[in-house]
Amino acid sequence: MSAKFAVRDLDVFYGRKQALRKVSLEIPEHQITALIGPSGCGKSSFLRCLNRMNDTIPNSRITGQAFLDERDIYGTDMDVVELRRRVGMVFQRPNPFPQSIYDNVAFGPRVLGARQFGRLDEVVETSLRGASLWDEVKDVLHHNALSLSLGQQQRLCIARVIAVRPEVILMDEPASALDPIATLKIEDLMHALVEDYTIIIVTHNMQQAARVSEQTAFFMVDDDQVGVLVEYGPTREIFTHPRDARTEGYVTGRFG
Amino acid sequence: MLRVAFHAELNRLQADVAQLGMMVKTAIRKAVVALQDRNLDAAREVLADDQLINDKRFRLEHDILVLIATQQPLASDLRNLAAMLEIITELERMGDYGKGISKINLMLGQQYLIKPLVDIPKMADIALDMLASSLEAFAALDVEAAKRIPLMDDQVDELYNQVYRDLIERVIKNPDHMEQANMLMWVAHNLERAGDRAVNICERIIFVVEGRMTEFDAGHAAQPPSGSN
Repeated sequence: MSAKFAVRDLDVFYGRKQALRKVSLEIPEHQITALIGPSGCGKSSFLRCLNRMNDTIPNSRITGQAFLDERDIYGTDMDVVELRRRVGMVFQRPNPFPQSIYDNVAFGPRVLGARQFGRLDEVVETSLRGASLWDEVKDVLHHNALSLSLGQQQRLCIARVIAVRPEVILMDEPASALDPIATLKIEDLMHALVEDYTIIIVTHNMQQAARVSEQTAFFMVDDDQVGVLVEYGPTREIFTHPRDARTEGYVTGRFG
Repeated sequence: MLRVAFHAELNRLQADVAQLGMMVKTAIRKAVVALQDRNLDAAREVLADDQLINDKRFRLEHDILVLIATQQPLASDLRNLAAMLEIITELERMGDYGKGISKINLMLGQQYLIKPLVDIPKMADIALDMLASSLEAFAALDVEAAKRIPLMDDQVDELYNQVYRDLIERVIKNPDHMEQANMLMWVAHNLERAGDRAVNICERIIFVVEGRMTEFDAGHAAQPPSGSN
């Protein structure tokens, strides 16, 4: 099992407020890793470090190290645009552009230089198939993306991410705005995608983490209200027999 | 503390499991005393009451499954509910041993016993003590007690062998006693199995607390189960 990401002693600050302290973990390739924990525990902050989305927040600062395939994500030679192509992101609310379905998927390849991705029609079809959306939209590719249901919009956003052939997909509560059926479709899709991608998902839904992931990391805040990684291990262990009493308290609902 | 309703229901189920255990204990005790006293009416009561034990077991099983389906318990709560499903099965089968002893009592009918019962009531005392202690240990999730109780099973096994030798001796002296000796051997066998099932309950308590499966071997030291079978 090779590590896609290796993170060592990661601290994250927003201005003077510390959001994460001394997080170290390795995330395996071609698996689904779930990040769970109460609100404000820093799990989304952690996720956003992995493709430097935190850079866009004023006064954010990190110390420690984070490696993608053994290359320093925060190294001076890291091309951030290329990093974000390799490490795509899907957000809580589906955020398609107010354009056609086709143009949404074609957006990334066009911006990055369509030629390297092959014929655009093919890229769009392959990506929509990859996101389990093709059969539902193939006859309406030029309709506005906002005409789709929320669940379809979220799968469109996944298609938009995979159109630029990433290696990793970060998902920040990708199903929290969706109904149960649309949620299960996203989860099925994750199982299909993990063949080709490494997936890291932040979720508030513990059953979702239990259903989809192979590894689970549990974060919570310490006495100083700074997020720490409490326990990290195989999902089946975390949900049946966690080692740390705080994890036990969280997954059984005994603290809050 | 979150999930108050869920944990209240979990506690209720745990209390109900203990109550089922007490019903089983009463049944076995009554069956053995009835055998000693040659009290056929009491034996019939044990047979009738077994239905109550079975009903309670199925009701509990249903409630446990509903709680799992509706509350998605995790970690120690999940292990606790899984253990309860196992334990109520053990208890219901122990109830069947009381029923079995009562059936033998009725089969013996008006016959005098070929020997006064000494070791069989002793076996019942120890096996029922093991049952009561294991139920207490389950209620308290007392893993030390759960490791200690199985040691008592050696005495039950020893008495079982003693009953066997005793009955064989009598049959050799008087082959006419063969049929009754065989029936009394079944009584002893039922009690010996009751001790084994109390040991199984202890294994489940250890599972709830420590999250690992253990099996007590014949010498009753806690051992992980072998992976070969």
